[in-house]
Amino acid sequence: MLVAEKNSLTEEIEKMVEKHGATRAALMPVLQDIQRNHKYVSEFAQQEVARLLNIHPVEVYSVITFYSFLNSEPRGRNIVRLCQTITCDLIGKEIVAKAIERELGVKFGETTKDNRITLEFANCLGMCDQGPAMLVNDKVYTKLTPEKAVEILNKVK
Amino acid sequence: MENKKIKREGAVIFSEYKRGDSINKLKEISRDDVLFELKESGLKGRGGAGFPTSTKWMLTAAAKSDKKYIICNADEGEPGTFKDRVLLTDYPELVFDGMVVGGFTIGAKEGIVYLRGEYEYMLADLELYLNNMRKDNLLGNNIAGIDGFNFDIRIQLGSGAYVCGEETALIESLEGHRGEARNRPPFPVNTGFMGHPTSVNNVETLSAVTHIVLKGGSWFRQYGTNKSTGSKLFSVSGDCEKPGVYELPWGTTISELLEKVEAKDTKAVQVGGASGICLNKEQFSRTLGYEDIATGGSIIVFNKDRDMIHVLKNFMEFFVEESCGQCTPCRIGNTKLLEGVEMIEKGEFTFRYINELKELGKTMQVASKCGLGQSSPNSFISILNNFSEEIFNQGNGGTNGK
Repeated sequence: MLVAEKNSLTEEIEKMVEKHGATRAALMPVLQDIQRNHKYVSEFAQQEVARLLNIHPVEVYSVITFYSFLNSEPRGRNIVRLCQTITCDLIGKEIVAKAIERELGVKFGETTKDNRITLEFANCLGMCDQGPAMLVNDKVYTKLTPEKAVEILNKVK
Repeated sequence: MENKKIKREGAVIFSEYKRGDSINKLKEISRDDVLFELKESGLKGRGGAGFPTSTKWMLTAAAKSDKKYIICNADEGEPGTFKDRVLLTDYPELVFDGMVVGGFTIGAKEGIVYLRGEYEYMLADLELYLNNMRKDNLLGNNIAGIDGFNFDIRIQLGSGAYVCGEETALIESLEGHRGEARNRPPFPVNTGFMGHPTSVNNVETLSAVTHIVLKGGSWFRQYGTNKSTGSKLFSVSGDCEKPGVYELPWGTTISELLEKVEAKDTKAVQVGGASGICLNKEQFSRTLGYEDIATGGSIIVFNKDRDMIHVLKNFMEFFVEESCGQCTPCRIGNTKLLEGVEMIEKGEFTFRYINELKELGKTMQVASKCGLGQSSPNSFISILNNFSEEIFNQGNGGTNGK
């Protein structure tokens, strides 16, 4: 990481801490903001958060690893989460997943070579009446077919 | 997602309501009146555990502290549940007005909505809604002209952890920690968020409170049964013509519900989500309610073509992933149960071992620290017991008839 990049990230995190407050209770909102902007929380970012909230860096790391929507490793520019829980599973999650994998040329758990999309499975998205469902970043798409899912992902920049 | 607001029918939750009505009602009544009506109504927590709401609020109201909190548990993660999504998107007035009533009753100045990360797409609309409430003096200082009644609501997001629906794990998460359940006692009503008295209520519970304050406890009580008063929202999904959210009085039988959602050739019904129980045909006359099957309202329908071992494997994989890992019965137990399911799937099991796993399940039910591990063996035990014929004698387990 370049020094200039580090400085700008520090500045960014300082603003987040200012917005949410420099308390332990602000940890989740701050991490969520970093995750939203960068798709993961780098080791440097973790240390900066720890410094600004006055907690040990390992505390920050332990929180990140607990939650499935927070990552400590780099992800693609967009994170796709396909629901794998029972109702979506019964009505076609598998054929949707296979179609996406074929089209993007990567498996679930992987990131496309151009860094455009990371594929993940998620547990119940609360869309059981309209499955199969997936999240693209924070947007939800429902009643997927293999064709529709691929079409949606093709439009993702 | 489909976002047209459909007109839903129901006796209690979906009955007529205008934003602010129950808040304005607070001008005429005291805290004790609210608590009295709640007690009269017999309302129990709608998240699934069924703790009497009046008791929870009475304890929080009686606790002594300079700060108190009311938390709306919108971390709806139980597989097959989506009623809170519908309430928050189509009926936010019920949820937020209920929180204001809660703040008034227990003496809290701050309300927090813990919204699951999966529902982040709702956030902008909900924030806008809260801002409009502030403009109309339904939040803020001297709400609705009631001198000294100051209360505001903020929303905090979760980050994809099922266990955070457990109230003490939820509080841990709000405080910036891993969502690991706390030992109880002390209970949140005394020592909750930041060590202050806190009432954590489900989205649907708060929505029911909004109606009860306005229309009275005895009005609520006329629906449902003696022990299970009022009505309940059911999230119905799976093999049926009309999946969706239904408001039905407690006491409805499984077969009545199946008829309503136009389910055909039904073989099994999972009540209460992955942590609930699975019923076979002979049990469809059982009733939904605290007398028989208490539930948070998740109903998943399986038709005759579904492979019950496949269903059970999906549930157990869910729990292995979602167990927070702090207590051994849940962390190891769920892994062992999943292994057992995979043995059955491959046809490499002995009845002796499967029976031992059922015993392990019973141990988990009593020895786990929180509701996750206490309820995760339910589907394992009920599916293997209620569908033993097809699993063990007709080749579903192992060769699967091939």
